[in-house]
Amino acid sequence: MIVFEKPKSLANVPLHYCPGCTHGIVHRLVAEAIDSLGIEGKTIGVAPVGCAVLAYNYFNCDMIEAAHGRAPAVATGVKRSLPENIVFTYQGDGDLASIGMAETVHAATRNENITVIFINNAIYGMTGGQMAPTSLPGQVTQTSPYGRDVNTVGYPIRVCEMLSQLEGPAYIERVAVNNVKNVKNAGRAIKKAFENQVNNKGFSLIEVISSCPTNWGKTPQAALAWVEEAMIPYYPLGVYKDKFKDEEGK
Amino acid sequence: MKTANILLAGFGGQGILFAGKFLAYSGLYEEKEISWLPSYGPEMRGGTSNCSVIISDSPVGSPIVNNPDVLLVMNMPSLDKFENAVVPGGKIFVDSTLIERKVQRDDVEVFYVPATKMAADAGVPTLANMILVGKIIKETAIVSFDNMDGVLKKVVSARKPELLELNKKALDAGYNF
Amino acid sequence: MADKVLMKGNEAIAEAALIAGCRHYFGYPITPQTEIAAYMAKRMPKIGGTFLQAESEIAAINMVYGVSSTGKRVMTSSASPGMSLKTEGLSYLAGADLPALVVNVQRGGPGLGGIQPSQSDYFHATKCGGHGDYHMIVLAPASVQEMADLTIKGFEMADQYRMTSMILADGTMGQMMEPVEIKNVETKTFEKPWATTGTEMKRPKNVVNSLYLEPSELEKMNIARFEKYKSIEENEVMYEEFMMDDAEIVLVAYGLSSRVSRNAIIAAREKGIKAGMIRPITLWPFPKAIINKRAEQAKAMISVELSMGQMMQDVQLAANGKCPVYLCNRVGGMIFAPEEVLAKIEEANAGGVK
Repeated sequence: MIVFEKPKSLANVPLHYCPGCTHGIVHRLVAEAIDSLGIEGKTIGVAPVGCAVLAYNYFNCDMIEAAHGRAPAVATGVKRSLPENIVFTYQGDGDLASIGMAETVHAATRNENITVIFINNAIYGMTGGQMAPTSLPGQVTQTSPYGRDVNTVGYPIRVCEMLSQLEGPAYIERVAVNNVKNVKNAGRAIKKAFENQVNNKGFSLIEVISSCPTNWGKTPQAALAWVEEAMIPYYPLGVYKDKFKDEEGK
Repeated sequence: MKTANILLAGFGGQGILFAGKFLAYSGLYEEKEISWLPSYGPEMRGGTSNCSVIISDSPVGSPIVNNPDVLLVMNMPSLDKFENAVVPGGKIFVDSTLIERKVQRDDVEVFYVPATKMAADAGVPTLANMILVGKIIKETAIVSFDNMDGVLKKVVSARKPELLELNKKALDAGYNF
Repeated sequence: MADKVLMKGNEAIAEAALIAGCRHYFGYPITPQTEIAAYMAKRMPKIGGTFLQAESEIAAINMVYGVSSTGKRVMTSSASPGMSLKTEGLSYLAGADLPALVVNVQRGGPGLGGIQPSQSDYFHATKCGGHGDYHMIVLAPASVQEMADLTIKGFEMADQYRMTSMILADGTMGQMMEPVEIKNVETKTFEKPWATTGTEMKRPKNVVNSLYLEPSELEKMNIARFEKYKSIEENEVMYEEFMMDDAEIVLVAYGLSSRVSRNAIIAAREKGIKAGMIRPITLWPFPKAIINKRAEQAKAMISVELSMGQMMQDVQLAANGKCPVYLCNRVGGMIFAPEEVLAKIEEANAGGVK
């Protein structure tokens, strides 16, 4: 009896992510959601620029590599062209909340029927550890060597809180993948975000608080602890918007 | 090779662009070569408006009319601006209700038509432009007046059949002025 | 009067795009091309298509990228400043070998510039303003009829060669009305087995991508792409000659400039000057061969353009020293009168242009 296997939607190739990086976990959760909904054959993913730039190699479905930050616009085009297909983007914090903020906000306010997976690890990983729009106050990075000074570079952006103010989006939730309980919860949320699209409910975004041991300069374990101690207090977990909550309660 | 270079100018809202379009369609109706080019930009928002119309027996080169053979002006700034651009021997049509001064050149033919007043008197205040078009056709014979019904059907929205008759009336009034 | 109707150039582009089977349009308002968006906004919902006013030109070109990835015909349009914003996307479309139709109804620049007609995005279009080695097919209509015809042709060539076709027009071409006949023709279509439409579990996955981290692989992609470009240069050059048989003063002009030049040439002929014109219809590929050939019979060539000698460089390269090449230009939204072009012809005929 098979008790554990790789999701079918995950390609059988080694991932390039650093030891202790949580991208692998989130990839798996996305693949499991696709598998469980049986939508692999009609899913089209849009990969970002950033550490997940090679995500098009890792998912076993049609994939498109977008320019930096433009994934929600590309996904909009794909979904408008093929409304019966399932379209998701997988984006990091620099991609989604900095260079691509306009595309993010407008896809949300149009309530594009797409699924957005947003990895927030408070740093630019691919380019070697620079300040992200979500880096915490005081956080030391290559481009904030004395710690993020909110007086000169401003405050980290809380994406879920901000987007939940819009009328448009259907579902906004923040989760984390720093322990088993949170991973299980993240899997539920990600599946729901895909389900919403299958049921034509509209724009769903799941922000996943993630870790980056390499660029945080921490061991994987210490990085997970920092998620709990520093990240989650600034980025509280939970559902920020659910247009269909009452409907489901009945 | 016969070519008419026409410039129409006035305030936005006077139907300058429509008058030009009507002349262009009249040329098209006779299977002539034509072009119609509006000024565009801030003047779309209520300032002065003008358009170039070329009706020719041969293919139209530049669609821009810098030196018109025929100038229609429906306000004073337009007369001031374009009077001297008209080619010697050209024709200037002036809405004399709105332009009090006379054309100062003596090497052009000038036709003063109190079109705005005529239109108001006839109960069609928005059709001063078409009265002037009627006069232009009469005096220049660029296109045949016999085709007007057919041309109007092309230009006037099918949803507003009542406008056909009113436009025809205005054209007639100008033609017979 | 047959089936001809009067249409603005911008509207002719939009209607022709619908005939070519384009059912997705993304844009952002900017003068002087907004009629295209307005036309699409009106028509698309009635024929089951998509019109979407994007949040920016950047978003619009990336929506184009998305639709094109799914294998469908798609377009966007803008004017010069907007084209700068779209340029990132143009590079990505090239890198991912995606077909698209992009319209630039040019206005004066640089910066916000003005809103009056210009041809000063010639370099941007023909040399490609985005990063990396790439080309776009650049089509330069000189009449409202050509605005329509080249739009259809542009879609076909984009699909055939998997690249961007750009319609490079100007404010005058967009705003003017001329009689146009838009026939409901069957356009050529092409198989797109590379499209990302969902595998349906029936084929290996498709990936639309411009990233190649292995340099040797990226080099191979670039070289292959330029092989394709070479065949386009050999097969797709379009131009028109006007009074060229015995021409000694040869004007090279496209779009609106060619229309003004036509008047000037007729006037020059009346004065006994043997003037003629080569009008590029494709600006890329540029009609190098015919210019080189005609340079042999020419006393001089004149690049007539609404830019600061941008096309003149290509004319010089094509003439390759066989005759002097002069410039006749206005910029910033100013347009030469035929008399100004005639004066240049006369100067060139007299032995030189100051």
